[in-house]
Amino acid sequence: MADANWEPRIVAIFCNWCTYTAADMAGVSRMKYAANMRIVRVMCSGRFDPQFALDAFAQGADGVLIGGCHPGDCHYSEGNYKALRRIRMLKRMLVDMGIAPDRFRLEWISASEGDKVKLVMNDMVAKVRALGPLSLPEKLKEFDVEVALEQASVR
Amino acid sequence: MKYSYFPGCSLKGTGRAYEESLLPVFKALGVDMTELDDWNCCGATAYMSVDEVKAAALAGRNLALAEKAGGDLMAPCAACYLVLMKTQKRLEEYPAVRGEVGHALGQVGLSYEGKVKVRHPLDILVNDIGVEVISKKVVKPLKGLKVAPYYGCQIVRPYATFDNQENPQTMDKLLRAVGAEVVDYPMKTKCCGGSLTGTLPEVGVSLVHGLLREASRRGADVISTVCPLCQFNLDCFQDRVSSNYEKSAMPVVYITQLLGLALGLPMKELGLHRGVVSVEPILAQRELLHV
Amino acid sequence: MSDAKGNGAMRIGVYVCHCGTNIAGKVDVAEVAKYAGTLPGVVLSRDYKYMCSDPGQELIKKDIAEQKLNRIVIASCSPLLHEHTFRGAAEKGGLNPYLVQMVNIREQDAWVTEDRGAATTKAKDLVRAAVRRLPFHQPLEKKHVPVNPAVLVVGGGIAGIHSALTLAAAGKKVYLVEREPTIGGKMAQFDKTFPTLDCAACILTPKMSAVRSHPNITLWTMSDVVKVDGFVGDYKVTVNRRARYVKEELCVGCSECIAACVYKDAKFPDEFNMGLGKRKPIYLPFPQSTPLVAVIDPATCIEFKTGKCKKTCVEACADRKAIDFQMKDEMKEIAVGTVILSTGFKPFDPKNTPNFGYGKFKNVYTALEVERLVNASGPTGGEVIMRDGKEPKSVGIIHCVGSRDEKTNRWCSRVCCMYSLKLAHLLKEHTGAEIYNFYIDMRTPGKAYDEFYGKLLDEGVHFIRGKVAEVTDCTLRPDEEGKLVIRAEDTLAGFVRRIPVDMVVLATGLEGQADAQDVRRLFNISCSAEGFFLERHPKLAPVSTFTDGVFIAGACQGPKDIPDTVAQAGAAAAEVLALIDAGHVELEPNTASIIEEECSGCKSCVALCSYNAISFIADKKKAWINEVLCKGCGTCVAACPSGSIRQNLFEDAEIFSEIEGVLSRG
Repeated sequence: MADANWEPRIVAIFCNWCTYTAADMAGVSRMKYAANMRIVRVMCSGRFDPQFALDAFAQGADGVLIGGCHPGDCHYSEGNYKALRRIRMLKRMLVDMGIAPDRFRLEWISASEGDKVKLVMNDMVAKVRALGPLSLPEKLKEFDVEVALEQASVR
Repeated sequence: MKYSYFPGCSLKGTGRAYEESLLPVFKALGVDMTELDDWNCCGATAYMSVDEVKAAALAGRNLALAEKAGGDLMAPCAACYLVLMKTQKRLEEYPAVRGEVGHALGQVGLSYEGKVKVRHPLDILVNDIGVEVISKKVVKPLKGLKVAPYYGCQIVRPYATFDNQENPQTMDKLLRAVGAEVVDYPMKTKCCGGSLTGTLPEVGVSLVHGLLREASRRGADVISTVCPLCQFNLDCFQDRVSSNYEKSAMPVVYITQLLGLALGLPMKELGLHRGVVSVEPILAQRELLHV
Repeated sequence: MSDAKGNGAMRIGVYVCHCGTNIAGKVDVAEVAKYAGTLPGVVLSRDYKYMCSDPGQELIKKDIAEQKLNRIVIASCSPLLHEHTFRGAAEKGGLNPYLVQMVNIREQDAWVTEDRGAATTKAKDLVRAAVRRLPFHQPLEKKHVPVNPAVLVVGGGIAGIHSALTLAAAGKKVYLVEREPTIGGKMAQFDKTFPTLDCAACILTPKMSAVRSHPNITLWTMSDVVKVDGFVGDYKVTVNRRARYVKEELCVGCSECIAACVYKDAKFPDEFNMGLGKRKPIYLPFPQSTPLVAVIDPATCIEFKTGKCKKTCVEACADRKAIDFQMKDEMKEIAVGTVILSTGFKPFDPKNTPNFGYGKFKNVYTALEVERLVNASGPTGGEVIMRDGKEPKSVGIIHCVGSRDEKTNRWCSRVCCMYSLKLAHLLKEHTGAEIYNFYIDMRTPGKAYDEFYGKLLDEGVHFIRGKVAEVTDCTLRPDEEGKLVIRAEDTLAGFVRRIPVDMVVLATGLEGQADAQDVRRLFNISCSAEGFFLERHPKLAPVSTFTDGVFIAGACQGPKDIPDTVAQAGAAAAEVLALIDAGHVELEPNTASIIEEECSGCKSCVALCSYNAISFIADKKKAWINEVLCKGCGTCVAACPSGSIRQNLFEDAEIFSEIEGVLSRG
């Protein structure tokens, strides 16, 4: 299963105006947090397409974090509400697919909340570490092998 | 709706006119009210300052009993009402206190889940039963009787759950519903002195004087109250007020006594003879006496 | 490797910045550069001390030319800081600025990571992601939108007046729209202004006249903005000019119609005098109303209510024939490039603090009501005569009514201490009464403000530090009979006071206008939680908003005094002039567009756009995005079921490649 050196790998999709700025603020304040997150910048959390999360997991991510502005504060007025709807629905589907809820997380972080970035990063890394690796690419490979075998036996 | 009735020590003692009038009034209005079995003293205002956890356990026992009995818990005495509500908040907000009290209750086979609602009779009369229902049952409207509604402090401070905190209206509404004339009484929530009439009378009696004087100046015939200590203070110290300040002869009764009168309930059942300053002369003058 | 469209080979240059020791102290920059050099498409990979410096930028330009680079990665600080710089450097080197991708290895890596190894791995992952993303970048051009030099100023108080005059003096066309029948706002209602005790009307009316007579200013009173379309540089605004029933171009303000009105005596509450005086159905709000044109109130005029009035007003205006009962509201459409909102404030309603007795006791007043009482053209001719007909011998002024209060408004309204001092002075001057100011703190921060406070102390006004608990008529002592008793704890003396007074003045705080939410939606800006318009940055951009082209000035942005209001009005005018002088606005190209052939016509996107940039073309059954309105949030892109919406710079392919880039380590 997990080798001793395994570290969780988490993809964070952050909105430009609030969350990305907050992450910069955390940096300016030299707050130290776990190095497992890789931030992908979008202009608004409303840009979040559920396929991004699915692709991230399929490519080997152990967790996906979405960051947006607090409700009411979205730079584009309502993009974060749209993100909220999509993420709520996606989370239920992910759970059905066997992906534990702690692996997929939405956080509202305002531009001045650098400390919240640190808290959330560390908290999520700890939770995902406890869950262990998701290893979706490997599982998909195994699945493909099984399907191929099945098809071969049918012929 | 079913209610448990928590009399508290006062309503069985100096405040017995409150119980005497309250029970027949609720019965006449068709409300199912049962005295809480094996209730104990709530601890009143004093105990909380002596020992917070023991006070919470003492009052908490009543809450646990009420939960077992089912329905809402009505506490007519203002101090009991406030103590029970404060205890509920303590138990809700402080896990440590909740833990200790829970443990104590557990020793006697009780538990408190935080589900019972503590209610005041004014709340039940106005919000559950409704003034229209009550006014329909009025047999002898209190026409011409000018009443100053005095709420006292405990049912509006610090929590005002069923009425306005600065200018409560539930008693005003009930009095109008039974045909009385409500006097504008801005001191309706000012302190009566509480136990200071006993421990620091120069302050307590002065506060009592202020309340009586204002009611009189506003033209009130009678003051109606909902708290046994307010009633006691305002009623029983008028001789002191008269000797230290100015003559005072203002009858002070419980709201339920006036409601009972208007509903046509037998007068002797309403404890109207119990006041130090008698209410009977003014009732006679306004032709409101009946059998 | 070629770009996503297969156009030519990728020639990516990677630059890893040391930023002195800021990055290099934690990240092994040489190693990252070396690693980058191994990635597909990368023809050049360097590390350098300070990429943002002139030599650093020169390096980029040189390499573009010599190495024929067609994509660039800068791994350095946050793009929020230097994206503009590096795009500029690329552009100077002849490369489209949108073919540059920045990687944040400082704020989001070196500065937040303890372990060197982890920081270096993170930097490598992020650089790899950028390298994967770049082939999908396409050259993009910023849009240039010309700025219409006409300006709309909404709200004709001192802020709007000052902005309008400044812009008009610069030769710009200004539409000043005001909903009341006259401009002047709250300042016109003041008697004197602190700390100079200048007469408010005296300093305001010259500016009001200047507005009226300036050829560049179109003044529309009794008007509201009802619709706003467009975007910075090109707004189409619809204004409803409400009927005054008196023709502005014919009325000379002689007031004969008012004198002739069938109502011999004024009968209706006079709004300008806060209901303390009376007016007739036909009236002039105040003697210096601008425009000086009578107005008829249809709610109280007999002709409107019954149709059977003798219309003596029309008779009185026989030669000019200015009165027109048939007048209708008129919708006007104007085209402007920028907007300044200067809609002012609403005074706190003290009915919400019932313990002070406003509305219950006759002689409890708000500050604005007292301004009218002491004013010579007020309802009592400047004599302080209370509602009970008497002159006060003692006055209590209660500070912080509806301010600094957990139950009502938490903020400090900034001007009330000063105006309370002013009113104390004026009341004492007019009546000789004993004045008691009840305060929490004395806030006198402006020029000559604290000196003004000193003056009041010398005048013998009494100051009691303590919040007032209540104003009551329940008296205790003989000297309180017939008076209002103010109960407050004197925190400096250490006991509770009962002070009997004849008159109580409430220093009511400032709130946002009641319709602030409606107005802000019209102009697509935000309000703060307190209900004032939200500025772009509280320190560095106090008069601009997050919506380009819409500026705010004065009390609508937050409580402030007249000096600050005028300063903000000037600042907003300056920002507008900057836009107009630049002549055009540059729009970022990260907008969305619909691939028509792929659009299924499902309309899912149309309702999603907060900027109404998406419309549905009925005959083609396709959606279409107005790129100039599009702000580039990407919400519609994510929603489209057919995937037919693309967002420049944030295409699906670009984001997927970035995600894959951070995760793949092979």
